[in-house]
Amino acid sequence: MATDSVAVQLTGIEKRFPGVIANHDVNLTVRTGTIHAIVGENGAGKSTLMKTLYGMHQPEAGTITVFGEQKVFRSPSDAIAAGIGMVHQHFMLADNLTVLENIILGYEPTKGGRIQYGEARTKLLQIMTQSGTHVDLDAPVSDLGVGQRQRVEILKVLFRGARILILDEPTAVLVPQEVDELFSNLHRLVADGATIIFISHKLDEVLTVSDDITVIRAGTTVAEVQPKEVTRSKLAELMVGSELPSPHGRASEVGTLVRLQLDRITVAGPGDKHALDDVSFEIREGEVLGIAGVEGNGQFELCETIIGLIKPLSGTLAMEGENITHTSPHHRLMNGLSYIPFDRHREGLLLEAPLWENTLLGRDGDPQFLKGPFINATAAKADSRQVIDQFDVRTPSELVPAYALSGGNQQKLLVGRELSSHPRVLIAAHPTRGVDVGAQAAIWEKLRAARDAGLAVLLISADLEEVIGLSDRILVMFDGCINAHLTPAEATPELLGTYMTGGVQEVAS
Amino acid sequence: MSESINESVDTAVSKLQRLFKGSGQQSVLITLASSLAAVAIALVLAGILLWATGKSPFDAYSKMLEAGLTNDKLLETVQRATPLIVAAVAVAIGFKMNLFNIGVEGQYLMGVFWAAVVGAYVHLPSVLHIGLIFLVAMAAGAIWAAIPAILKVKKGVNEVIATIMLNTITLSIIDWLFQEKFRHEIPGQLDVKTKLLPTTAWLPDLVKNRLSSFVFMALVVVIVFWLIVYKSKFGFRLRASGANAIAARTAGISSNNMIVTSMVMSGAIAGLAGMTYLLSTSHAYGPTRPEGYGFNGIAVALLGRNHPAGIIVAGLLWGFLDSVAGPLQIAKIPQSIVLVIKAVILLTVVIVNEVVGRRVAKRTADRTAAQLTLPVVAA
Repeated sequence: MATDSVAVQLTGIEKRFPGVIANHDVNLTVRTGTIHAIVGENGAGKSTLMKTLYGMHQPEAGTITVFGEQKVFRSPSDAIAAGIGMVHQHFMLADNLTVLENIILGYEPTKGGRIQYGEARTKLLQIMTQSGTHVDLDAPVSDLGVGQRQRVEILKVLFRGARILILDEPTAVLVPQEVDELFSNLHRLVADGATIIFISHKLDEVLTVSDDITVIRAGTTVAEVQPKEVTRSKLAELMVGSELPSPHGRASEVGTLVRLQLDRITVAGPGDKHALDDVSFEIREGEVLGIAGVEGNGQFELCETIIGLIKPLSGTLAMEGENITHTSPHHRLMNGLSYIPFDRHREGLLLEAPLWENTLLGRDGDPQFLKGPFINATAAKADSRQVIDQFDVRTPSELVPAYALSGGNQQKLLVGRELSSHPRVLIAAHPTRGVDVGAQAAIWEKLRAARDAGLAVLLISADLEEVIGLSDRILVMFDGCINAHLTPAEATPELLGTYMTGGVQEVAS
Repeated sequence: MSESINESVDTAVSKLQRLFKGSGQQSVLITLASSLAAVAIALVLAGILLWATGKSPFDAYSKMLEAGLTNDKLLETVQRATPLIVAAVAVAIGFKMNLFNIGVEGQYLMGVFWAAVVGAYVHLPSVLHIGLIFLVAMAAGAIWAAIPAILKVKKGVNEVIATIMLNTITLSIIDWLFQEKFRHEIPGQLDVKTKLLPTTAWLPDLVKNRLSSFVFMALVVVIVFWLIVYKSKFGFRLRASGANAIAARTAGISSNNMIVTSMVMSGAIAGLAGMTYLLSTSHAYGPTRPEGYGFNGIAVALLGRNHPAGIIVAGLLWGFLDSVAGPLQIAKIPQSIVLVIKAVILLTVVIVNEVVGRRVAKRTADRTAAQLTLPVVAA
């Protein structure tokens, strides 16, 4: 494979929206048969650029050249015809159809009006062998995990004959094991001649997996580097234009007051299995307790039990000595408990509603936002502006609907909302998932400041670096149980990985 | 074709956005403009249908305007719009919570029936009497709406199915109660009704036999709806639960409570929809009972996009179309064209709003992203 032939070349791309410029003077050269990473902060213009390349909108200036041929894409179908496929961050699969049906949907091979399932199956088996992926073609998509769903999405794109794959933050939803698997698949695809454009915030991944890296800042390409030439911090600097703090280190001490205590909590799961089995721990003031674990091992049930959405079968739950096992979620949330949920779109935000209504959600019981039975919109908006200000949410105003913000800014808003009610206990589930390094650093800093002021934090994260860097103690959850207690000093990603997949901790005598 | 439509929608949207830059009314104006455009498209489509059946659309429309823009017909428009507006508010409360209350039809009949029965047997000063009748009607509607709500909360029964079935059950129950228990025959009269309400329970007409003063009550209903849904804490929770039930639940809002409360409120308002008929026209329940307020109310709520102002405008439009059906018939133009126009308007409004809504959402997102890319333009 000639690696110096060029798969995609973008020259002088400019994309304007009424009155403003989202991309200007963007130049990108992607060599055939390479993994090319595009990094940049949220809102830097990566998505705009990828939408241009995928034909979702047309640039005002500049040229797109694919395999040496200049192209004008009027729509994604033009891009697909040119061999470009896109795997979106949010999967677009029909749960009630099988894998095979999902893959051929909209691209069904037919003969005389009948779908040729056999033909599609043969072709897919061939693609799977070539790319080294495997998915059960007859399984309903509803049975698949996140990693497998992503493989289906990739197969969907390959089935349409794509030779250039755009992956939009593909690892945002994956656990470490799945990430490794994805990367080995990507390497197989590249070895087979495919070209991959990979959008990511996770700089470590970018550095390990990619052949070339293009950095976008403020709408334009600012650097093209090779992974061996740069360090992580250098790359981060290129992205945000300044140096970033790391998650390590703390100045304050963990206090003595127990803020949250779980005593032998057991929660029913599907069938006879328990989603949580005899879970006990406590968190003190000013302490961050990290929970590491592969998603789906009881973390979600743990959070929902603590905020009161799931009633435990047995066990007690106490906040600062007060038994709250039988109180309502509303009572808990109004009395010092806050929750940054797993999925900001699903559980956290009203996407269609303006930001000020989003910052009000869950806090509308606070008398400062009320005038009798009515909402004091002026106060709520002022408060929202304060959250936007303090948490550096990049938005023109508090009146913008939440869907208009980038993921990182939505998350900052959410974290801001949860912290601005001055909670004493915070459950933070994946507080920096799918956000760029700039936003991540900002969120870490806010969490640390709140912790120093006495907040007890339960941190649940798939990002092991985050767990190790922020926590004072680390627990590993596996299959609804806590199967390891570690200090951040002794926890390494490898060790955590062992416990996360069921390894048993040897108890020190 | 579709692209050029998208482009022209884009241009229109961006012009409106620029015109009303930063004002809160922006989305209202876009909605208004797109609804008007939809009505215009619907009139063209219905015109084509008329033309295809050999009638002149110009004749038909000019006849409609000619007949409709007289004082009498305008009063009739308002009179006919009144119950539809009330019913639409009832439907809209459900919609705001993502509940589809198809049972308004049954709920207002329950309201009319029980209000007629109870109202006929009490004697009170006028204001109290009418107040009591309103309360009875609201209670009857609310209780009837509570059934599907409780079924949904306790057993997970879809409210659409429950309310549709309850509509049928309502008719049977009321017919049976009327025939067996509350029929009140007056010798020498063919007209069989429940016992006539005492005159203390009669609502005065604003214009004799043309316009009932119940129209004021309808306005009160719309204003209260606006205050509750858009301004109150309860309304905020209702809208939050409707917009994202899981996020609302995570924020400590009990969705079961919201389902029951919003259905009961919806039913209570629905109970009032038949009050023009009971208190101003018939003064008793009888076989001439009104029909279709519930279903037309759904249409009016959809057309008005569940917004108070939209509901009033849509209700008046529906009232106008109903009021000109008669004159059309006299002019040898089939009055069913009115039904066709209503249906086409509804479809075009839903489609146009969907198309415009998507474009507006996309543009808002793009513009916000774009504004932030270049700090120069950030406000």
